[in-house]
Amino acid sequence: MVIVNGVVIALLGVGIFFLLVGSIGLLRFPDFYTRLHATGKCDTLGGGLIILGALIYHFFQYPETPLVPAKLAFLIFFIFMANPTATHALMKAAYKTGLKPWRLGEERR
Amino acid sequence: MAFGRGEEMKLGERAFKILLTFGIMAVFWILLSGIFDAFHLISGLICCAIVSVISYDLLVKGESEEKLLKSLRLLLYIPWELWQIVLANIDVAYRVLHPKMPIDPLIIEFETTLRKEFSLVTLANSITLTPGTITILVEPEKGKFWVHAIAKKPAAALLVDQTMQRKVANVFMET
Repeated sequence: MVIVNGVVIALLGVGIFFLLVGSIGLLRFPDFYTRLHATGKCDTLGGGLIILGALIYHFFQYPETPLVPAKLAFLIFFIFMANPTATHALMKAAYKTGLKPWRLGEERR
Repeated sequence: MAFGRGEEMKLGERAFKILLTFGIMAVFWILLSGIFDAFHLISGLICCAIVSVISYDLLVKGESEEKLLKSLRLLLYIPWELWQIVLANIDVAYRVLHPKMPIDPLIIEFETTLRKEFSLVTLANSITLTPGTITILVEPEKGKFWVHAIAKKPAAALLVDQTMQRKVANVFMET
């Protein structure tokens, strides 16, 4: 149980770290496109790792309900499918409206 | 659609599609309902059968040739992709937390040999999840991609090395 707890804590910690980095990136990066780089990638892995931690914890703590980990696994799968697609949709919408990407040396927007 | 094939082949293809749709939906029903008595199982399976006969074409598009082989190759591709996602996050974390913020965004264009919908989607999502690049636009006719890269190095990985294009083309056998 100690090992499981350690693994779960590690997964949750790393997941929270990546979500935090994504939020900091959202505030620090200069324009819309680069901000999407931060959120699009970090939210996918951060959220996925946190759910994976919950999955492992539930699997070992409450083995009598194996359906819950299965549903959580589905959740991870759908996040990994939907998040890049949503990021791409936002990018495409911004590009089609004619938002100019930030280049090195320009002022931040 | 397959060209110049007999009705027999088409019939087999249709049966395969219906069976695949039925299998996926049955697994979903059993997992999400969570009730394992005869009534719920049988009524669920009947519903799955009706829906899969009516709408098999929505879920499994195109021809089914070598679909099984391609799915197996896709399964081998996924671990590499997961590793790339981890690298991408470390890369973003480095760029966000570095005091000078080493970014130099640019937009690149390139063409691939891919034409089919599913392989284009796979490559587009892979590009978005791998270090420093996000897909902006995809043009399916020429297999052309517009990609926003956050610095010169990840852009070079897509333009010069082309590891990912080769891997995806290899998975779907569209080289």
